[in-house]
Amino acid sequence: MTRTSFTVSDLSAGYADRLILNGIDLEIPVGAVTAIVGANACGKSTLLRTMARLLAPRKGTVRLDDVPIHTMPPKRLARRLGLLPQSPIVPEGITVLDLVSRGRHPHQGMFGFWTGKDDAAVAEALAATRIAELAERPVDELSGGQRQRVWVAMALAQNTQILLLDEPTTYLDVTHQIEVLDLLTDLNRARGTTIVMVLHELNLATRYADYLVAMVAGEIRVHGAPRDVLTEANVREIFNLDSRVVTDPVSGKPMILPVGRHHCAHERDAAASSTA
Amino acid sequence: MTFISADPGAVALQRRRASRRTSLTIALLAGLTAALFVITLVVGQTVTPIDEVLAVLLGDEVPGTGFLVGTLRLPRAVLSLLVGTSFGLGGVTFQIMLRNPLASPDIIGISSGASVAAVFAIVVLALNGPIVSVFAVTAGLAIALLIYALSFRDGVVGSRLILIGIGVASMLQSATAYILSIAPAWSLQESIRWITGSVNGARLEQALPVAAALLVFGTILIRLSRDLALLRLGEDAASALGVRVELTRILAIVAAVGLIAFATAATGPIAFVAFLSGPIAARIVGPGSVLVPAALVGAILVLAGDYAGQQLLPSRYPVGVVTGALGAPYLIYLLIRSNRGKGMA
Repeated sequence: MTRTSFTVSDLSAGYADRLILNGIDLEIPVGAVTAIVGANACGKSTLLRTMARLLAPRKGTVRLDDVPIHTMPPKRLARRLGLLPQSPIVPEGITVLDLVSRGRHPHQGMFGFWTGKDDAAVAEALAATRIAELAERPVDELSGGQRQRVWVAMALAQNTQILLLDEPTTYLDVTHQIEVLDLLTDLNRARGTTIVMVLHELNLATRYADYLVAMVAGEIRVHGAPRDVLTEANVREIFNLDSRVVTDPVSGKPMILPVGRHHCAHERDAAASSTA
Repeated sequence: MTFISADPGAVALQRRRASRRTSLTIALLAGLTAALFVITLVVGQTVTPIDEVLAVLLGDEVPGTGFLVGTLRLPRAVLSLLVGTSFGLGGVTFQIMLRNPLASPDIIGISSGASVAAVFAIVVLALNGPIVSVFAVTAGLAIALLIYALSFRDGVVGSRLILIGIGVASMLQSATAYILSIAPAWSLQESIRWITGSVNGARLEQALPVAAALLVFGTILIRLSRDLALLRLGEDAASALGVRVELTRILAIVAAVGLIAFATAATGPIAFVAFLSGPIAARIVGPGSVLVPAALVGAILVLAGDYAGQQLLPSRYPVGVVTGALGAPYLIYLLIRSNRGKGMA
């Protein structure tokens, strides 16, 4: 396999008259799991959408192997770069098999002739996400967790070297969040797929990502290995939040414990000093 | 690249089963369309023997039957088939693209726009022939552009576009009524065509532009059908799968408006055919591609509606009255359902 590179240089982008990203430079580590984190409205989804070519840059470029993605034919790009949007729409009555099969679209010609390779890719995607037995069920009858697995299966069937995901765990309970993140880790380890995801939950991002990108107000404030990014000073800067960083006893990676105004050890002292 | 053992054979089997079901449904719908076409040719006030009908179709001179079949029934059947297909295909394209059954061109004013332009061309400018279709297509596109522009605010939201479209449609319908009312020599029969649609007095030469439009725009839409199906997953997902979203949308709108406008210029806006075909087809085929089934359902609705209006009901009604009576309750049902928070997604 040829060595891939996926880079963002001097990127500015936004909607209508609002500029959201301002001069972003980033090299995505190939073959690793990257998580983009930051407060609400810091531009992390906008960055992901521009990297997936859903949004045209105002300035700067996103390059895949040194080719600007905004000049590549859409199908060719879709064979190499996949995206799971934040809230894709489930058409009424569509079956699991049908939806997962849509992932093969970029690999098929103009008339959509179906080959054994397509069947194999779809079968593998169904098996990996453990939804093979649901294949003929309508997607709109499934639970939230199952449904998210169907979307991941569609992205697997697309079989790209790079997969971008916009908050893949939103609306899922903790069991299903872990299930989806484990699945993405399997994919990364078995196929070497480069994964870039926007995640809300900082501790899950730290545990599952090899590389963290933290954004503040449309700019990248800090990036690197979770151990280097997740410091108390950085968390204060990124989220405007006091915290303790401890070692996660399960993963051995750092983990933050937020410090609020209540239910903290210092609360008693603070209360005492204010009445004094 | 395999990281888990899987069974491609099972997938192939399930996929073939699904596609066989779709093919079977399409074959059944096509059979029903053909049967209705033949019935329209053969069974009227009197039953004409099949061999005489065939003789007329092959160009033989058959006294009496020649006029009955060749001049009265054949143009009617051909025009019904073509406009029904056009309305069905044009309607379902809009419904797929805006992901809403209410987004049909006959609800959001595109059919009314084509209709008012055709009436204006015929009544006020005293034109006839293909130039009338040009008026209808131009007006249809202009109205599509107008409602798109009026509903644009940080992107277009389906429900806003539909409400604006309904308003535009009623304005255009009253304009049609006004033009008809100032035309003193205008017959009631002809007026009804421009209000609810009719294939009365159909002539074969009317079918020609409709057939040409169906060939051109229908081919475009069939070629776009896979991209349109992906658009149903939302613009972001479709784009990530390699669909050129804007291009697909523009081509689909132009093709659908073209189909609707050419058909409307020939028969008037046959009530609710565009609106009903897609949802009925979706009920029948389930999750498969709905484009071709909707086109066939459109043809079935017009052929059956016209036959019922002419032969089965106590008095003779134009086809639009029959399809209108079918469509109105469904419209009310959809509005009730969407008010309860379902069905507008």
